[in-house]
Amino acid sequence: MNETEMRQDGSGPRLQLIKAGLKRRYAKEKIFRTLGIAAIFIALLMLAVLFVTITKNGYGAFEQTFIRLDVAFDASVIDPEHSGDPDVLSSANYSGLVKKTLREMFPEVKSRRQKRDLYSLVSRGAAFHLRTMVMADPGLIGTTQTVWVPADDDIDMLIKGHIKTGGGGGSRVKADKAAWVDTLVKKGAIEKRFNVAFFTNGDSREPELAGIRGAVVGSLYTMFVTLMLSFPLGVATAIYLEEFAPKNIWTDIIEVNINNLAAVPSIVFGLLGLAVFLNFFELPRSAPIVGGLVLTLMTLPTIIIASRVSLQSVPLSIREGALGVGASRMQAVLHHVLPLALPGMLTGTIIGMARALGETAPLLMIGMVAFIVDVPSGIFDKATVLPVQVYLWADSPERAFVERTSAAIIVLLVFLLIMNALAVVLRKKFEQRW
Amino acid sequence: MKRNFGMAAASMLFAAATLIMPALMPDADAAGRDYISIVGSSTVYPFATVVAEQFGKTTKFKTPKVESTGSGGGLKLFCSGIGVRHPDIANASRRIKKSEVDRCSKNGVKDFTEIKIGYDGIVIANSRDAGRMNVSRKILFLALAKDVPSGIGEVLIPNPYKTWKDINPALPDIKIEVLGPPPTSGTRDAFAELAMEGGCKQYSWIKAIKKKDKKRYKAICHAIREDGAYIEAGENDVLIVKKLEANPHAFGIFGFSFLDQNADRIQGSIIDGVEPEFENIASGEYPISRPLYFYVKKAHVGLIPGMKGYIKEFTSEKAWGPEGYLIDKGLIPMPDKEREKYREDGRNLKEFSM
Repeated sequence: MNETEMRQDGSGPRLQLIKAGLKRRYAKEKIFRTLGIAAIFIALLMLAVLFVTITKNGYGAFEQTFIRLDVAFDASVIDPEHSGDPDVLSSANYSGLVKKTLREMFPEVKSRRQKRDLYSLVSRGAAFHLRTMVMADPGLIGTTQTVWVPADDDIDMLIKGHIKTGGGGGSRVKADKAAWVDTLVKKGAIEKRFNVAFFTNGDSREPELAGIRGAVVGSLYTMFVTLMLSFPLGVATAIYLEEFAPKNIWTDIIEVNINNLAAVPSIVFGLLGLAVFLNFFELPRSAPIVGGLVLTLMTLPTIIIASRVSLQSVPLSIREGALGVGASRMQAVLHHVLPLALPGMLTGTIIGMARALGETAPLLMIGMVAFIVDVPSGIFDKATVLPVQVYLWADSPERAFVERTSAAIIVLLVFLLIMNALAVVLRKKFEQRW
Repeated sequence: MKRNFGMAAASMLFAAATLIMPALMPDADAAGRDYISIVGSSTVYPFATVVAEQFGKTTKFKTPKVESTGSGGGLKLFCSGIGVRHPDIANASRRIKKSEVDRCSKNGVKDFTEIKIGYDGIVIANSRDAGRMNVSRKILFLALAKDVPSGIGEVLIPNPYKTWKDINPALPDIKIEVLGPPPTSGTRDAFAELAMEGGCKQYSWIKAIKKKDKKRYKAICHAIREDGAYIEAGENDVLIVKKLEANPHAFGIFGFSFLDQNADRIQGSIIDGVEPEFENIASGEYPISRPLYFYVKKAHVGLIPGMKGYIKEFTSEKAWGPEGYLIDKGLIPMPDKEREKYREDGRNLKEFSM
């Protein structure tokens, strides 16, 4: 009776105490929430800064400056004896053709030094481009064709505004060169186009010819090996440990070790790979097979842990129901538990693979940090991977590699985004909640 | 539906496997190796890769693989044995050491050829927005050494200099702030040896220590201060250039090719009265420059296709000559006579001798 009275008039000592504390508790909660929002905001801000800088630095690389040349495919230069022999066609002096065309465009250039400057307006890849054209269609010999060839990286940077001219003689692009470029611009003989080469070429030391195809294909092979090994192994390990293994000291030791391995720095796996796969099994250096094996070691613990968690989340009643209608333990696991746990397992696998895709440190030890021009044709071929390509380009002195580095990062991020989105979609679509 | 999902996943994996399977089959000659394998110095890497690319595009051979492992790491791999598993060529930004030659011969790599390819200058540069610095190697030593002579007697004291003006009143009154490579880098070794030691041994009493106690001499001359005036900026020279642009008071230490590529943003300091320019480094007048080499395993010349062609391409005038494409990438060429000598060595695969 007393208590109800107190509550009604709202002046009892206990209620007073609660009221006094209430304000403080609300204030605390408010601070906590604000801090939470601030944390998220800061994280988003960082992410935004990262994306904006990379995009700002990198989008330019998806365009490349081209120069228009009217090349006379002179038979006396390419194939003086009209033999039509592919060997003759392939070894002809195509850079001579390019130089001749440039000289005709700027007849006032006379001195040796100036000529050298003039020739360096176009990429060294121009000659290879002409060769490819002639090899594909020998009928071009004797005709004059309008050809768009990639400009040298310095000119590309100049057109994109990343390089200053003249001014104290310190620039890569001297005043006379800049004047020629101006003339070309006025004539409409310079154009920025979509940079197809960036997606179809392998690595190159000429920024205007460098592409990421080699690295992307190398990454795909490496990821393929990793997936093929780590998924079945990881899932099998998880099923055995979770569903069949007795709980004793041995399984405890194994569990502790798996959790430990998940936290080992990745370079350690690289050293292990070097010692075991290269030195003992004598597998080839710089090959996706070895890269895949090393990354398998690295992703296995992640997959095992994720798979075990997802098996644990399947309710016991499913197993008991299956056993109750006469299924064997294996049937109960394979027919009932595994399908329910699979989405979680796949999510874990994809996240593990995404981590492996961005890894460079272990690959350093097994020789995948290398300059490789040819696009790899199999898992035993020499190859590099996307993040390594980013690292190698970031270290190159040529100015034009700065934007190509960022562009390669954008491609890598797109791949990661796709993989993580796939993980989310799989979870949303197939996840069961009890 | 659950069953369907499992089936779908399994069949997807299977489809992926069958698609990529043909590619998995090793090449018929996977046991051999049909491309040249090159390892070694990150300083030689930019030059070796250009030659490799040119060689791959203009001949019927495959493009060589070039790994950037550092001089020491590269020579270690190079000396680990004969056979397709081991690299054929090692690049180095210094000469091979006696210990490495011993290691080589212990592992059966008895015959190899040494080819010097040119020089690399090390520059001390700052932003073009600031004044150009004119220093001697002695000043560089005083600015960057851990311990410096006190000026009174033959005593060393921890480096007291905070600004350039403290060292020499003629220098600007700005804080000493130098961005440079970490100890693992070959550039750092070369800088310590050529610039720091070059200034250090101008003190006759320190030079006298060299005869008595070589280790102590090296410790005095090569130790770089750790009080924040020298900032280890990592191996990434692109980053150093960016930082110099942002901070006009800072100086950076890196290879000549980075100065060459970024000449519109940064300028090289004058050392001992010599500007870090192409001609001065080539003539040897500029004091901080080092030779670059590569080593060819003779036993592999018949084993791996294209070895001779690669050497020929590297030593051709259109590559390493005064107007060659390597020069465009920042290599400092050797004098005509020296080029002729090493071209001959390459053609005859002259045996290495210390």
